[in-house]
Amino acid sequence: MNFHIADVELSSRFFLGTSSYPSPQVLQQAIAASGAQVVTVGLKRQLAAATAPNGQATQNNFYQLIRQSGARLLPNTAGCRTAREAVTLAHMARELFGTHWIKLEVVGDEHTLQPDPFELLTATTELVRAGFEVFPYCTDDLVSCQRLLDAGCRILMPWGAPIGSGQGLINPYALRTLRARLPDVPLIVDAGIGCPSDAALAMELGFDAVLLNSAVALAHQPVQMAEAFKLGIESGRLAYEAGIMATQDMAVATTPVTGRPFL
Amino acid sequence: MSHIEHILITVNGESQSVPAGASLAAVIANAQLAAETVATAVNGEFVPRNNRAARELLAGDAVFTFQAITGG
Repeated sequence: MNFHIADVELSSRFFLGTSSYPSPQVLQQAIAASGAQVVTVGLKRQLAAATAPNGQATQNNFYQLIRQSGARLLPNTAGCRTAREAVTLAHMARELFGTHWIKLEVVGDEHTLQPDPFELLTATTELVRAGFEVFPYCTDDLVSCQRLLDAGCRILMPWGAPIGSGQGLINPYALRTLRARLPDVPLIVDAGIGCPSDAALAMELGFDAVLLNSAVALAHQPVQMAEAFKLGIESGRLAYEAGIMATQDMAVATTPVTGRPFL
Repeated sequence: MSHIEHILITVNGESQSVPAGASLAAVIANAQLAAETVATAVNGEFVPRNNRAARELLAGDAVFTFQAITGG
């Protein structure tokens, strides 16, 4: 079933990252196999050699390839440690990629790459004012998420686990809480997904979409894994919509027998 | 013979000598970068593409150019 993110109607709930694939061709095939309609991209400062006077212009075939995929672009602000850096990079991304969508990343800890909730909020406030559609990469803390909504976010992207860790959903309680307390906000689990069952679980919890990269890019067969995630995400969503039975502490007999068979 | 004064700026961290009064657009063109393939900042502030020609560089300015890459 189609759904809406930031006024855009999508049929795929799979947002795919474009980094770390074995080759551009594999990336292209993985995007196709995933069915993703939104892919993330980044920006980086060029090396001095690329901008030396009369130097060799840098070819950027990657960008052409991504454009050809037809997917909508979601640029990120990876590598930023302060709101100021992130705001500057977001403006650059808007110009370079021609979209006002921004996956806002402001990291507060080097080891976990945990988002800095304070800098994130500052940057969000400024970017929303400047007309951006902010997709904040945030923690699963309910109150910080509410503050991001107060600042004008219409979507939240809480982490499942640290970026690139493949640990899956390390705090399902927090994610369930977000879903329960923010029933009308599009929620996307971003980061930490390791295998399709993690993605399926996120969807079964009622999340609107999943964003992942490494789990596909680092698979032995990325294209096959992209399809596996596609199916896992579709399966999890179908299950959520179908209504998952309540868990019970003890067994509840399934077969409708009458008492014991021989008494 | 006229003498053109030069100033020192940095471009992506590397020192460069450019004529005084050079614009950001001129520096980008001199590096043979297609203007639409990079985003630019001077001293950490974003300079939109349409403002590059009017942005005169001063001694000590730090120019940074950014390109599209893959990302997660």
